[in-house]
Amino acid sequence: MNGAEVMWAQSTWVLAQEGMTRTQELLADDPLWLILLKVVGLFGLGVLLTLFMINWERKVVARMQQRPGPNRVGPNGWLQSLADGLKLAFKEDIMPVAADRRIYFIAPVISTIPAFVAFSVIPFGGEVSIFGEPTVLQLVDLPVGVLVVLACSSIGVYGIVLGGWASGSPYPLLAALRSAAQVISYEIALGLSVVAVILYAGSLSTADIVAAQASGWFGWLLVPSFVVFVIAMVGETNRAPFDLPEAESELVGGFHTEYSSLKFALFFLAEYVNMVTVSAMATTLFLGGGQWPWPLSFLNANGWLQFVAFLAKTFLFLFVFIWLRGTLPRFRYDQFMRLGWKALVPLSLLWILVVFALRTYRVSGSGDVSVLLITLGIVLAALLTVAFLVPDRQRPDEPEIELASDYPVPPLDLAVPDPARPRRRAVAEAPERRRRRRTVAAGASSSTANRKSEE
Amino acid sequence: MNVLAQGAPGGDAVSVAEAVAFWILGPIALAGALGMVFARNAVHSAMWLVLTMLSLGALYMAQGAPFLGFVQIIVYTGAVMMLFLFVLMLAGRDSSDSVVEVLRGQRVAALLFGVGLAVLLVATVGRAFADVTPAGLAAGGSNWNGNVPGIGQLLFTRYLLAFELTSALLITAALGAMVLAYAQTRAHVRRGGQRAMVEARLRGDPARIAPLPGPGVFATANSVAVPAVLPDGSIAADSLAEIIDRTEVRPAPEPAPDDAHALTGRPLAERGGRGTSVEGGSTEGSAGDGSTAGTGVHR
Repeated sequence: MNGAEVMWAQSTWVLAQEGMTRTQELLADDPLWLILLKVVGLFGLGVLLTLFMINWERKVVARMQQRPGPNRVGPNGWLQSLADGLKLAFKEDIMPVAADRRIYFIAPVISTIPAFVAFSVIPFGGEVSIFGEPTVLQLVDLPVGVLVVLACSSIGVYGIVLGGWASGSPYPLLAALRSAAQVISYEIALGLSVVAVILYAGSLSTADIVAAQASGWFGWLLVPSFVVFVIAMVGETNRAPFDLPEAESELVGGFHTEYSSLKFALFFLAEYVNMVTVSAMATTLFLGGGQWPWPLSFLNANGWLQFVAFLAKTFLFLFVFIWLRGTLPRFRYDQFMRLGWKALVPLSLLWILVVFALRTYRVSGSGDVSVLLITLGIVLAALLTVAFLVPDRQRPDEPEIELASDYPVPPLDLAVPDPARPRRRAVAEAPERRRRRRTVAAGASSSTANRKSEE
Repeated sequence: MNVLAQGAPGGDAVSVAEAVAFWILGPIALAGALGMVFARNAVHSAMWLVLTMLSLGALYMAQGAPFLGFVQIIVYTGAVMMLFLFVLMLAGRDSSDSVVEVLRGQRVAALLFGVGLAVLLVATVGRAFADVTPAGLAAGGSNWNGNVPGIGQLLFTRYLLAFELTSALLITAALGAMVLAYAQTRAHVRRGGQRAMVEARLRGDPARIAPLPGPGVFATANSVAVPAVLPDGSIAADSLAEIIDRTEVRPAPEPAPDDAHALTGRPLAERGGRGTSVEGGSTEGSAGDGSTAGTGVHR
């Protein structure tokens, strides 16, 4: 990693001093029609991925729950979300009486637009030629690209918060409050986890960060940052198990309880596009963007094949989103906040400190890196040995439970009867009972008929 | 305009794109500021301010300071204004401006200080326009590998002390807020936390562990006015809400037992002959139930 990285850093340094990197030069050279084509392509990609994701999520979760999932509309049910979307557009648009009309209207728009804007800085692939025009599969490469994504996510949450507030009913308001607190907390963890990446890449530009991973993905080099980022990105997108702003069991539908029709569809769209954005961001920052891993690295020469690799990695993260939703129960709110503030933020800070120390040690050139690594390894081994040698804390014996009152409680050794047998009996009984019910119903209807005829 | 845009990396001349950006974003920022002052609703005010901050951020970007622009959006729009909104939402959505003056002489003082601040600003900013020659971003920016490293280098070398002092100030503020917030929960701590509370409850600190009985399995209605019935048919005394027990019960006028329309309270003439067409036996039971539930507790 050392030699290649230093060389790379020097090369970017030279390029930067000339003013622009190769990516920026190519992008600055784009004609207007190509820019428009890219914009439309990005929008189409967002919408398509949303339609795909909804279906995929339903199918995967269904498989996890041993049921078929949507299988009616289109081949294997893959057009179900398209049909749902069309139906949603034609539904009645309800404006609650207590709603703040203007803000109620603008909230879904606020939540959708930043979701798509964040797409523009993501480097989807390498250098390609579109209709003979050499370019890069990226709309724009800003020197502060990572900040654009953070800014978009922090504006997008306004949609949720304002939508919940403007609905004029208590559940959405509670959801909006939760969402505000949640996004502020997890944005800090997210931002801190990116710091180490920026430090190693030496740039905030997304294309530069991908290029810096040619010698090794940051997902391997900076494991703690990667873990914190993945956890924080789930919290940032309000997805299970952190979907407290739309907890069905507590808040009806959450912030969009009062929304219907296209406005609701926009919220839905924004949520899924945000998922795609953060997954693409994780790919960019930690999994080397569109770079193929070692045995397949000869494929990197083609920009379109890089695009394929990028999509594959993004789908990996999207699958993790679905997996989490199918597996984990929702957090309680205080647990969620504790995880954010007492685990993720301190962990990130400590990790950044370690990274800074290592960098400073290397840059100052006061010693050999391998010596440092060996020392660290010995210290770690010693710590682990001590940790294993120290005996576990003695758990105090559970004290004899004395009943505090004569309030009736079940005995502690209460044996729960085996549920298998009664169920089998119920199944065996079922046909008989059903027959009996049918005769009763028939009797009832015949008796009313009799009464009618008597009258 | 000229002065504002002179910091652009291109030099002294203002490019067309920059001028267009200024003449679009400037009025929007100004409109946002005015809207914030004049909006009646606090949340609307906050939204106008967000608009101003966003346009300022975009202006920074247009003038070759992308880092400052995005940090403006992330920190001010994303975090600070979100906290404002958080508080405003807790204050209630219909809390508009109150015109009642609580502090005596507040308006006069506000006017004086406002005018003073305006004079101060005009004096300093006007002087900055007239006397100071702008150095431009070119000096700091291009030497240092672009905007971001330039800011970083200045921040951590030349302005290190100011930077550290600011962070110390912020940490102090955060600690102060935590101390204030935790002071209010001391009463809860004194009770010993959740476990101690449960034990106290089991020992009979509030006389009752379980919630008060609702109408229950044997109830004939789910109204709070109807007491719960115990398995032996007697009334569960705990289930009677004290306020209902104390309220005087006025006997409701007995509706005509054979006519469901009597419950709607419309005059007999309007009902006409329709009442007679209703079947006799079927409505009698339900009308009777309704009347007893309506008159409140019956023992």
